[in-house]
Amino acid sequence: MATYSTNEFKGGLKIMMDGDPCAIIENEFVKPGKGQAFNRVKIRNLKTGRVIERTFKSGDTVEGADVVDRDMQYLYNDGETWHFMVPESFEQYGADANAVGDAKKWMKEQDVCIVTLYNDQPLSVAPPNFVNLIVTETDPGLRGDTSGGGGKPATLETGAVVRVPLFLQTGELIKVDTRNGEYVSRVKE
Amino acid sequence: MSKNKTIDWQPACSLSTLRRRAKMLAAIRAFFAARDVLEVETPLLCLGIGTDPHLDFFSIPVAGNSSRYLQTSPEFAMKRLLAAGSGSIYQICKAFRRDEAGRMHNPEFTLLEWYRVDCDLHGLMDDMEDLLRRLAEDALGQSDAIRIRYHDVFLQYTGLPPLAATRDELAACAVRHGLPEARDLCGDDRSLWLDLLFSHIIQPQLGQRGLCLVYDYPACQPSLARRNPGDARWVERVELFWRGVELANGFHELCDAEEQAARFAAERQARRICGQAVPDSDERFLAALSHGLPDCSGVAIGLDRLLMLLTAADHIEQVLAFPYAKA
Repeated sequence: MATYSTNEFKGGLKIMMDGDPCAIIENEFVKPGKGQAFNRVKIRNLKTGRVIERTFKSGDTVEGADVVDRDMQYLYNDGETWHFMVPESFEQYGADANAVGDAKKWMKEQDVCIVTLYNDQPLSVAPPNFVNLIVTETDPGLRGDTSGGGGKPATLETGAVVRVPLFLQTGELIKVDTRNGEYVSRVKE
Repeated sequence: MSKNKTIDWQPACSLSTLRRRAKMLAAIRAFFAARDVLEVETPLLCLGIGTDPHLDFFSIPVAGNSSRYLQTSPEFAMKRLLAAGSGSIYQICKAFRRDEAGRMHNPEFTLLEWYRVDCDLHGLMDDMEDLLRRLAEDALGQSDAIRIRYHDVFLQYTGLPPLAATRDELAACAVRHGLPEARDLCGDDRSLWLDLLFSHIIQPQLGQRGLCLVYDYPACQPSLARRNPGDARWVERVELFWRGVELANGFHELCDAEEQAARFAAERQARRICGQAVPDSDERFLAALSHGLPDCSGVAIGLDRLLMLLTAADHIEQVLAFPYAKA
């Protein structure tokens, strides 16, 4: 794997730190008037999600992390492993519950997700920003109410629970923003 | 036509910032004209260059299989003028430092550098304060500038005396301030410990209520300052901070050609050990010192940073017409 000098540090760069793959979030160049320059870096550990700060001497080098993001289609879950496929090559990858994390409550078979691979193993999974899911259970609402004020919980086909407007009925298809878990709109089939 | 849309040719700073810069430059020239300080120009493409291991320079290939350096500061050339009898001088020029890029750094930047003959460090600090008050107008208000020794400011913010603190005490202080990596980073290098703790812990707190001048630096960080005549552990060097930003670095200038040659030799040795390029010592500069530099103090101010503070910019690109990435 390549090594990177602190001069190449920038947001998004993947490096190894304390044995874990990490992504640089922010890089600040710090230099006293005369003397040693430093790079003060904010880093996310891609395994744990923890964000820490670390200072390097400018000019030092660190090992790059073999981390790539790939678009993959979610195929199925066999109870233990979530299976994904690269559409172009039909290569398949299995991700465990740890890697899939919260994404599992939004993923429907056939959806295209971003799978982050570390040393060619799934490290994390990001669902599409927007997904269309069927409401499988919600209290009957008032037909006349289209204002959307208030809202009520609705369970979706993947098991996720979101707040929806009162007028929505069981069986309807809705669009949800997976980044904040909020209802966006009804979808006409 | 359609192609132009994708090429970012526009300036990075606003037109009002361009005007603010022009106003600042005019005010600087008026300030020095009123004090009979002579404006000078010296070359940007130089035969010699400083050997400070912490400054990386651009080397430019030229005809005859040789190279020139883009200056990292106009210091040597201006001291040759002083040795030739110029009297007090100032210069507004570009300086170039490789690999210095970030929120507060552009590899090409604008410096104001001036020298006052028959002037000690406190006289220089008076000058700096007067100039900053003129340039900052209302932004500084009536606040008094703070003048504090390096030793005292270090003690105030870390609880440790900078020269006497043990490595364990320095490391414990670093850990308290969220720098557990400091021990691995700094090892037994006291100068590096001081740089790390000063830049990460102390500097951000300096000058929050007005100008802060820190003077009498440790002798392990001499640069081109003369030793304190009463106490050889310190050198007569000053740095100016405002709102946590380092704006200027000045010295009561070292006039001793032999000591200067010894510092060059030490810096070149440090460069050799680190595998850095080792430029020759600047012989013309050393010859000028041997001829005789008048007793003087000099300082350089980063004008882009000053403009950042005057316009409340949080990135240096916001005050440059065309920053490095789109020069």
